[in-house]
Formats: sequence, C-alpha cells, structure tokens
Amino acid sequence: MSPAARFFRWVKDHLVLVLGLLVLVYMFVPIAVVVLMSFNDPGKSKNVYAFRSFTWNNWLHPCHSAGMCHAVGVSVGIGVLATAAATAIGTMAAFGLVRHEFAGRSIANTVIFLPMASPEIVMGSSLLALFIAAHQGGHLGVWTIFIAHVMFCLSFVVVTVKARLSGLDDNLEQAAMDLYANERETFWRITFPLVLPGILGAALLSFSLSFDDFIITNLNAGQTTTFPMFVYGAAQRGVPMQVNVVGTVMFLIAITVVLGNTIYNRIQTKALATR
Amino acid sequence: MARSGKRRYTAYWLLAPGAIWLVLFFVVPFYSLVATSLYDPNGSVLSGYKVTYHFSNYWHALKSYHPELLRSLWYAGLATLVCLVVGYVLAYAIAFKAGKWRNLLLVLVIAPFFTSFLLRTLSWKLILSDHGFVVSTLQNVHILSHDGRLLNTWFAVVAGIVYNFLPFMVLPLYASLEKVDGRLIEAAGDLYANPFRAFFKVTWPLSLPGVVAGTLLTFIPAAGDYINAQLLGGPGQTMVGNKIENLFTTSQDYPDAGALSMILMILIIGMVMVYIRTSGTEDLV
Repeated sequence: MSPAARFFRWVKDHLVLVLGLLVLVYMFVPIAVVVLMSFNDPGKSKNVYAFRSFTWNNWLHPCHSAGMCHAVGVSVGIGVLATAAATAIGTMAAFGLVRHEFAGRSIANTVIFLPMASPEIVMGSSLLALFIAAHQGGHLGVWTIFIAHVMFCLSFVVVTVKARLSGLDDNLEQAAMDLYANERETFWRITFPLVLPGILGAALLSFSLSFDDFIITNLNAGQTTTFPMFVYGAAQRGVPMQVNVVGTVMFLIAITVVLGNTIYNRIQTKALATR
Repeated sequence: MARSGKRRYTAYWLLAPGAIWLVLFFVVPFYSLVATSLYDPNGSVLSGYKVTYHFSNYWHALKSYHPELLRSLWYAGLATLVCLVVGYVLAYAIAFKAGKWRNLLLVLVIAPFFTSFLLRTLSWKLILSDHGFVVSTLQNVHILSHDGRLLNTWFAVVAGIVYNFLPFMVLPLYASLEKVDGRLIEAAGDLYANPFRAFFKVTWPLSLPGVVAGTLLTFIPAAGDYINAQLLGGPGQTMVGNKIENLFTTSQDYPDAGALSMILMILIIGMVMVYIRTSGTEDLV
C-alpha cells in the first residue's frame, strides 16, 4: 500500500469520528454557556453577555426576575394541556391510520405531514388571520395559544406513535387471542403496554415543542406572555441571568428522562437475557 | 392488520378528533390567509376589511420587501448547504464509527432541542460578542481586522441558523446512512476503488433519500425563521419573517402581511417542487 493510500485509509478510519465528535461538541457549546451564565453575577454592569463573577443567587432566587416565574407558569400550564390533548388525539389517529384500511387514508397522511413541512411564520400568520376574521383578534390569549400548540404537536405525535405501532410484532396479539383473550383484554394487556413507550416519547416531544415555541405563539398570544416570549422581550434590554437557570433545569430534566429511559431499557434487556 | 365488517367505521371515529382539529386550525386558516392577502388595502382594523381580490397587494408586498425575501432564501440556502456538510460528517460518524455508543450519540444529537431555542441563540450572541474570545482570536490572527466584528453580520445570522437546524439534517441523514450495508463499501474497496471513489459511488447515492429529506427539513423552517436575524443580526440582516411578524403585530397592515406570507409560501413550495423533481430523476425514495 502506498503511503498516500495508507494516509487516506487512516483518514477514513479516524478523522471522520474525530470530526463527528467535534460537531457534537459544537452542538453543546451554547448549552455550556447557558449553564455557566446561570452562575453569573452581572453586578451593576449592563453587559449581560460576559461572565463577571460567580454567584449562587440566580439559583437561590430564580423568581427575583420580575415576571419570569409567571411566564414559566403560563408555559408549563399550556404545555401540559396541549400535550395531553395532542397526545390523546394523535394516538387515536395513529391507531386509525396504522390498523385500518379506509378511503382517504393517503389524504389523511398528507394533511398530517404538512404542518411539519410548513414554515412556522406561515402557519402562525394563517391562524392569526383566521382569529381576526372570526373577530377574535381582541381575545387572543391562553386559549388561542393552546389551539395552536395542539395543532402543531399533533403531527409529531401521530408520526412518533405510528412508527412504534408499525414496528409491533403482530404475533404477540395473535398469541393473546389464541389464549382466549378478547379484543379489549388484548388491547389493554398487550398492545397498549407495547405502544406506551412511543406514546410517552411523543408526549415528551410535544411538551418540549410547546414549551419552546416562539414564532407561532408570539403571533397568537395577545397580551399573554410565555417563557420564550419573556426571553425574547428581555433580550432587547439584556436578559436577566435567571432565564439561564430555567434553561439549565429544562435541559437537566430532559437529559434525566431520556438517559434514564435508555439505562432502564438496557437493564431490562440484560435481566431478560440472564433469566 | 386491517379489520373489516362491523369495525369498518372505527377508523373514522379514531381519526375524527385529529382530523377536525387539523382542518379547523390548519387548513381553514390557510384559506383565511389567502382571503387576508386579497383584502382591500383601504380597510383597517376598526372599519373592517372586505375581500376585494386586490391582487395588487402581492405586487405591493413584492415591491416593498423583495430584498428581505431574497435574503431569506439566500441565508436559508447557504445554511442548508453548511448543515449538509457538517451534518453528514456527524451522521456518518454515528452510523459507521460509533459502534456501541451509537444510541448514546443519537440521544446527544437530540439533547440540545430540550434547551430553549431562544436561550441557545442568545448564547451565540455571547460567544460571538465583540470583545469575546472568538472575535479577539480572529483579530489576533488577522482573519478579522482589528475593529472587525461577527455580531450583526450575515455570518452570525447564517451561523445561528446552521446551529439551530442542524439536528433536522442529522437525523434523516443518519436514518438513511444506517441502512447502508457496510459490505457494499468493502466490496467497492475490494474492487480497487479508493475510499473517496467508494464514498461517491456507493455511500453517497445510497444516502440520497436522507439528503433530500434533511435539506427540506432544514431549508423550509430556516427560510421562515427570524429569531436568528433578530438576535444575531443587525438592521442589514432583516429576513422576511421579521417583516411578516412586524406587519401583523406592530403595524397591523393585514393585507400586506397576508400577501407577503403567501409569497413566501409559494416561493418555498416552488423551490421544493423543482428540487424534488431534479433529485427525483435519479430514482429516489
């Protein structure tokens, strides 16, 4: 093998991995900044875009930033309601789409796919146009945000649950039926538990989409302020450091849930294997 | 597992709530947007609007905001290209080089999603700030002039878009790279293809469905995004999203806002169709 070929082989073997890991590091740099800034004491300095000195204060008094905790409360409330509604409606639709043949299935699939492929600004302004045309322009608030969030979370729920459902092994249900379980028993004791991880994943995804949405929410919120809207408004003047505490907590919760689930699955697989 | 007979209507019952929601709050609003874009521009919020088929709204919006429209498409296109290169490296590394760490790395790709989009964008404002580490390093090695800056330039905006939409590129790329049979690449090597030739003759063509899906999932939201332009750019980097938002909320000029929103949608659909058709000639999907 010529030295050039050996060099290319080496590049192929290692460089890709190193570069890939560098890309991952790049993805985490801003999160590291959020965590770091949650311990920043900006003092009297107006510059909130540099680390000045260390403090626990932001963590001890997160609500000292006026209006922030209220905004977080609004976001959590809408997030929970929208997630519950979108997960329930979306899971039903996913079952309908995977388990049944019916006229109009491909149209249904297209309509469900479209919101994921539309720019948020267009969806948000369409919805606002509807509310204005329906003379609700003066009544924008929590409920219009809720409607919007359920709308864009739905598609993600359907797709996630559908993926889990179509990967399911039919034989398990057949076996249950063969053992004289009726349809209802089969559903609740076999099908549902097997699909549950997909439903929970969809709910987690919905909640984070809802909690994080800015563009659609901002257009349809009226006087209501969600957490992203609070951050956006504050960014014009300089954000309070406490928003970084919220960002860090969100990240920690999500990582715990996702990693906890991965580890739980691994332990379960091992337990089954050694049984 | 389609069931027939008495269960024939179950599917409709299961789908009804979701279908009603999407029709009422996704399909009908789109009709309202079309109507809004054709309002008589002489109406106002107080006196109400009439649909008078004022197609001149489109002409007016195009004339007033074509710089922002072009800039949006240009920024989104450039960001998508950078995402494709950077995302491909990461997806390739996870699919072929990560071994047993695959799942963990995939979780890490999704993890940034769970920290607020806005907070991550504001982090870039700090990282790229005028007296920050990045700018002073670039000044010291004379890539930037001594008073050069990154914030409030097109670079910062495109970098922000690349960062924010990268996972949308990586996940579809990974999904199609994962299906590529490693033995095919080995076979190409056995037939004396060098690694680069093997890549472009085997891996790349097999990953094209992921490339198409990833570029669409990145380009479409990027073209409508205005948060990066607002937080990382200056007045010279305004994108069409900033204008639409402004027209709807601040100036309440609904006919113009509706028309501009429609133009963006039509441009995106047009570009996507051309793109799918061009890539479709190679027998995709």
